[in-house]
Amino acid sequence: MDLAFTKEERAFREEVRQFLRDNVLPEIRRKLAEGRKLAKDEIAAGARILNKRGVPTWPKEYGGAGWTLVQQYIFEEEVRAFPAQLTFGMGESLVGPVIYTFGSEVQKKYYLPRIANAEDWWCQGFSEPGAGSDLASLKTRAVRNGDRYVVDGQKIWTSGAQYADWIFCLVRTDPDVKKQQGISFLLIDLKTPGVTVRPIRLIDGDHVVNEVFFDSVRVPIENLVGEENKGWGYAKYLLGNERFGDAGVGISKERIRLAKELAERACVRGARLIDQTAFREKVAAVEVQLKALEITQLRVVASASKQQKGTQDPASSILKLRGSEVEQASAELLMDAAGPYALRDLSQEEREGRNEPPVGAYGAARSAPTYFYSRAASIYSGSSEIQKNIIAKAILGL
Amino acid sequence: MNFDLSEEQRLLKDSVERLMLDSYSFGDRRKYQTEKRGFSEAMWARYAELGLLALPFAEEHGGFGGGAVETMIVMEAFGKALILEPYFATVVLAGGLLRLGASEAQKAELIPLIAEGRTKLAFAYAEPQSRYDLVDVETRAKRDGDGWILNGSKDLVLHGDAADKIIVSARTAGDTRENDGVGLFLVDADAPGLTRRGYPTQDGLRAADITLERVRVETANVIGDPAGAFPVISRVADEAVAALCAEAVGSFTQMQAITLDYLKTREQFGKKIGSFQVLQHRAVDMFVDLEQSRSMAIYAAIMAVESDASERERAVSAAKVQIGRSAKAIGQQSIQLHGGIGMTMEHSVGHYFKHVTMLDTLFGDAEHHLRRLAALGGLSGDQRME
Repeated sequence: MDLAFTKEERAFREEVRQFLRDNVLPEIRRKLAEGRKLAKDEIAAGARILNKRGVPTWPKEYGGAGWTLVQQYIFEEEVRAFPAQLTFGMGESLVGPVIYTFGSEVQKKYYLPRIANAEDWWCQGFSEPGAGSDLASLKTRAVRNGDRYVVDGQKIWTSGAQYADWIFCLVRTDPDVKKQQGISFLLIDLKTPGVTVRPIRLIDGDHVVNEVFFDSVRVPIENLVGEENKGWGYAKYLLGNERFGDAGVGISKERIRLAKELAERACVRGARLIDQTAFREKVAAVEVQLKALEITQLRVVASASKQQKGTQDPASSILKLRGSEVEQASAELLMDAAGPYALRDLSQEEREGRNEPPVGAYGAARSAPTYFYSRAASIYSGSSEIQKNIIAKAILGL
Repeated sequence: MNFDLSEEQRLLKDSVERLMLDSYSFGDRRKYQTEKRGFSEAMWARYAELGLLALPFAEEHGGFGGGAVETMIVMEAFGKALILEPYFATVVLAGGLLRLGASEAQKAELIPLIAEGRTKLAFAYAEPQSRYDLVDVETRAKRDGDGWILNGSKDLVLHGDAADKIIVSARTAGDTRENDGVGLFLVDADAPGLTRRGYPTQDGLRAADITLERVRVETANVIGDPAGAFPVISRVADEAVAALCAEAVGSFTQMQAITLDYLKTREQFGKKIGSFQVLQHRAVDMFVDLEQSRSMAIYAAIMAVESDASERERAVSAAKVQIGRSAKAIGQQSIQLHGGIGMTMEHSVGHYFKHVTMLDTLFGDAEHHLRRLAALGGLSGDQRME
């Protein structure tokens, strides 16, 4: 039993560092270090750079780097630490694996290289106004008409739809069977006539999620992934991947680091906040939770290569549940550290493109929106309550 | 990075788990508790046969050269079975002091006695005023010709009433709470001037209060530097915390299993109570605490032998914070999920609850370790104090 990485893994880490130093644009690095947002073309360019040696999470045969989970873990750690833009998620992490696992040869040849080169941006069309936690009750219909499906309905909470070229959707293709058995997995070009994207602004002031409307949208039948009415199975596979990688250790680490930095500059009656016992103990308590999560994730990563295909270490089931709680606790620390300096709202200046960091207090000004948005972590991709239902059933056998 | 057990470690785990399965049911435990010393001498002999009492000692002293991971394996199995024997007191605590502090001659004499199950030891560190502070030592050792004279009181000496020999921390120099000036003295339990009063602990184990009145100790029985033993004590305490974390994880695992079993069999309102969502979510909360605790117990075992004191202490404290908090969380959930039956002495779950609650209080509870961790600069060690 050993927490240290092997010699090969340490060499790999060095290689990744060198690669980042050689390839990531200084301007991007600076923006990210200051906590500023990147524009779409910057993210795409960044993704192309990071994917130079293949998509980190994919197998070699589909244009992936063919790395082990431990290598992927190291890569992500280094990318976050650098910092460089993490690859744009949905195409790579969600739909890509579904396409290379269940898609046709034609689909693999067409879509996968375009995802790897950040040519196509993907968003996820799962949730609907009436189908949140009860996802399988979704109502967006796809009716077969010759060589087309005609899609009518509405998706919601669609992250990044304002940037995306494509959306992968769960649609109802058979309304007369048990709800899970009438769902199909469909790839839809967002430029198709009848698709409308509308922004939703969240309480942090940002525009991340959208509503997507489908009004008689005609989709070629070759855009169906796998078999008709088997989409629920593919979605479960996709959500399993999503939960597996969703511990958010890097995000929480960064927040705690920032909270400490703010607390070193914050004064309470002439003394630094970081020197106050109560604050230090609060930070230490979150660090303990984060360390426990990190070791749990390492246990899962280390055991994944030995698990039988299709099974996971039971501990993996707690990563999303616990990860979102720790992310939220670390966001609270940020608020505590910022104190009154959290008050200033920078979102309008940012929208107008005036996003120079205010001197000294940029982190403080971002802390309130970070805290507000952190509440979403225990709601999206399976709320904490849904996670608990799943664990109770699948792991505890209740 | 590797969380697997080696082949030898797996064999160790199998054999100790098998022994527990065969000879340490809840009913067996009750029987052992009524024996003269409050535990089973027969089981102690079995531990010796299996080599568990020799586990952490070097091969040249008749040991097996096991490390913190081996101790973790054994303590986890013991925690599952809720054993009563003085393994922690003799092998982990006193054994640790000998291993890290004793001379070759002392090791050659004592370790075989421990390994063969012929001698039990205890470590007297706590005093009425010391709470969790191991350096808060008022018991005095004064030079007396070629020996030492000890005066003072020690309390909460784990298994102090069953020990043949007791290692006592005493101050040879310096003020109370000074790091320098603390020594370790090996005293026979029947030494003139030593009186002990044994009593049961809340979790059915044993402890003793010990009074030392002009107890004479020969130089040969001083362990290490008579004024510089504190670094050894503090290393052993860190190893002890790692061992307690593992023991707690064993108990947590069993509490989870017992509770799930109850949820799957108990019926109310015409259904298994495990079908109710509120109870399912409580059970998941227990599971999350268990897995987080397991991770931190592994972390503590790996870090307990770290030579950088600050790094070691931060890691061990972090683990004890997790374990202490989870002891409360898992303990309370398991009682609640059992309802009334969980409150009775008849049912095992309450005994686990009592034991893990007591584990939190040994060598510093969660609050104590959170304070230590915070003072040391947090887990990353970078909260610089000014």
